[in-house]
Amino acid sequence: MTTNEVGGAADSRPNAGITDGTILPSRRGAEVPADTPSAILAVENLTKIFGRRGQEHAAVKDVSFTLGEGDSLAIVGESGSGKTTTARIVAGLETATAGSVMIDGRPVTRASRGRRQRRADARMVQMVFQDPFGSLDPRQKIGQGLRELLAIHYSLSSSAASQRVSDLLRQVGLDDRHAGQLPRTLSGGQRQRVAVARALALEPKILILDEAVSALDVSVQAQVLNLLVDIRQETGISYLFVSHDLGVVRQVTDNCIVLNQGELVESGPTALVLDSPRHEYTQSLLDAVPKPGWKPRRRTS
Amino acid sequence: MTVPNPNAATGLDGDQPLLEIRRLGIELTDYLPPRVLVQDVSLTVRAGESVGLVGESGSGKSMTIKAAMRLLPDNANVSGDINFDGRSVDKLSRSELAAYRSGDVAMIHQDPRSHTNPMRTVGEFLIEGVVATRQMKKSDANDKAVALLAEMGIGDAGRRMKQYPHQLSGGLLQRVMIAASLMNEPRLIFADEPTTALDVTVQSEVMAILMEQIQDRDLGMLFVTHDLDLAAAVTDTLVVMYAGTVVERGRAEDVYIHPRHPYTAALLASRPSTTQVRRLVSIPGRPATAYEVGDGCAFAARCPFATEQCRSTRPPLRPVDDSQVACHRSEELAAVLKEAASA
Repeated sequence: MTTNEVGGAADSRPNAGITDGTILPSRRGAEVPADTPSAILAVENLTKIFGRRGQEHAAVKDVSFTLGEGDSLAIVGESGSGKTTTARIVAGLETATAGSVMIDGRPVTRASRGRRQRRADARMVQMVFQDPFGSLDPRQKIGQGLRELLAIHYSLSSSAASQRVSDLLRQVGLDDRHAGQLPRTLSGGQRQRVAVARALALEPKILILDEAVSALDVSVQAQVLNLLVDIRQETGISYLFVSHDLGVVRQVTDNCIVLNQGELVESGPTALVLDSPRHEYTQSLLDAVPKPGWKPRRRTS
Repeated sequence: MTVPNPNAATGLDGDQPLLEIRRLGIELTDYLPPRVLVQDVSLTVRAGESVGLVGESGSGKSMTIKAAMRLLPDNANVSGDINFDGRSVDKLSRSELAAYRSGDVAMIHQDPRSHTNPMRTVGEFLIEGVVATRQMKKSDANDKAVALLAEMGIGDAGRRMKQYPHQLSGGLLQRVMIAASLMNEPRLIFADEPTTALDVTVQSEVMAILMEQIQDRDLGMLFVTHDLDLAAAVTDTLVVMYAGTVVERGRAEDVYIHPRHPYTAALLASRPSTTQVRRLVSIPGRPATAYEVGDGCAFAARCPFATEQCRSTRPPLRPVDDSQVACHRSEELAAVLKEAASA
């Protein structure tokens, strides 16, 4: 297992698994700040195999990428592409079969040893999930939940904790009124804001957003996307943004990697990849987005 | 069943719509006072016409098509008229209703997995309806199901007939659902978010197949979706709903390119673009439901153009150019709205 350095991740990949042989996913991947020492996250040759021997299924195959400090990187793909599995490994919710994940220069591929270290790791990476209905305790008031998080990780006085809760709620566009409410009295958009506030409470370096706006109505989705843009500007936090929605990806990320059936097929600056995709799979994703004059098409295969 | 109906007295133009919903209201009676979910919804679907019913959660779009199939539970109180081919759906007897649901219309649901029986094979699922209602013999139904699956681009139809739903992917199962909806040769299809749960490339394929069938068979379709871009691309007419009522109705291109209602314009502007980065125009607040909005315009609380009149008087749906719009200020805002939607 190579855990020696953070550089050269995206552009050292072989052109494995790309059958037509015409596309080099790494070419523009070099523009991802792979060699900068400020990479907060470096994933190298990540592989995850599920299932028992004889019926293994490789969910992620030899994927490498880096995320620079303060940057925003999208993992784009359809269901079964391995995008969520990759994010879960980075968050420490899943262990990799092979490969390494370095966060701020420290390997996190293996489970952290000891409570202190686990909490330190938790403060580095936080995750917001797709379903705002399933990710909050239905019996805990919003403010209590935030206070509990703060109590576990920091030793704050009661008044300092209250101040911090207010600040967090304000940061995500809510206010003190919401602190006393239960999740069920909040709308989907408000719940997702609470999930973001809970993630931000630990001042993580990396925020993983796993389809975090997919379940929201368009008008509310726009609010949350604008909020995410503002938070990154204010705090310099890094985003790992998992999404199937290319429009959403365009608005909130600088760089992106495209996964298809566990393999990285293309990477580079989001604008470049979406404006002139090099891999046919990326092109087919773009073609499938409904827009004026769009005609639904049967796959040619 | 195709006998012209003397009661079809809508006729501005000669040909009678296949489905006509007039002033539909739905309220839930297990609240006091009853909770209004849909009010004053009117729309028509002609034979061979695809109508997109677009709205966010709580807008009442699914309730509207459930009402059109008379599938609402007992605690829902329905007012207004729903006519299919000139006959009132509300007045159908038990057997007529069964004939209507099994022969005239069909429904495609969002989640095919929860609308198939996991214990029954695809083949059993496909032929069950037509065999039970004695429209076909079992062997004929079998042949037809295999032929339909082949038309859906499912290669080994014979083998698929013997498989169970869990053995099929979401996209494949949704194609089976489309085949199921065509088994009884309906004249009108209700499609309730049929591709929302699918990946975009699969959505493209399933929509292509669905539109092909609709056009080849000259079927009417009422297509419910939250995706205005998708609806504009595949339908002839758009009906935009907000808080249980219709705010705009018109030809799909018109509504998409030149929205006349602030809500439609805001929906178009809040959709993130794949080709440019810009600050998204979000609509403040959250989508409202019918029972939450007062006497004024349903959208007034979130509308940047709302005036005192908007907050106190509900604007009726009225013709503006070629569209129907429920907005007091549609004419004076025309240029602003067009600009906002295309930005």
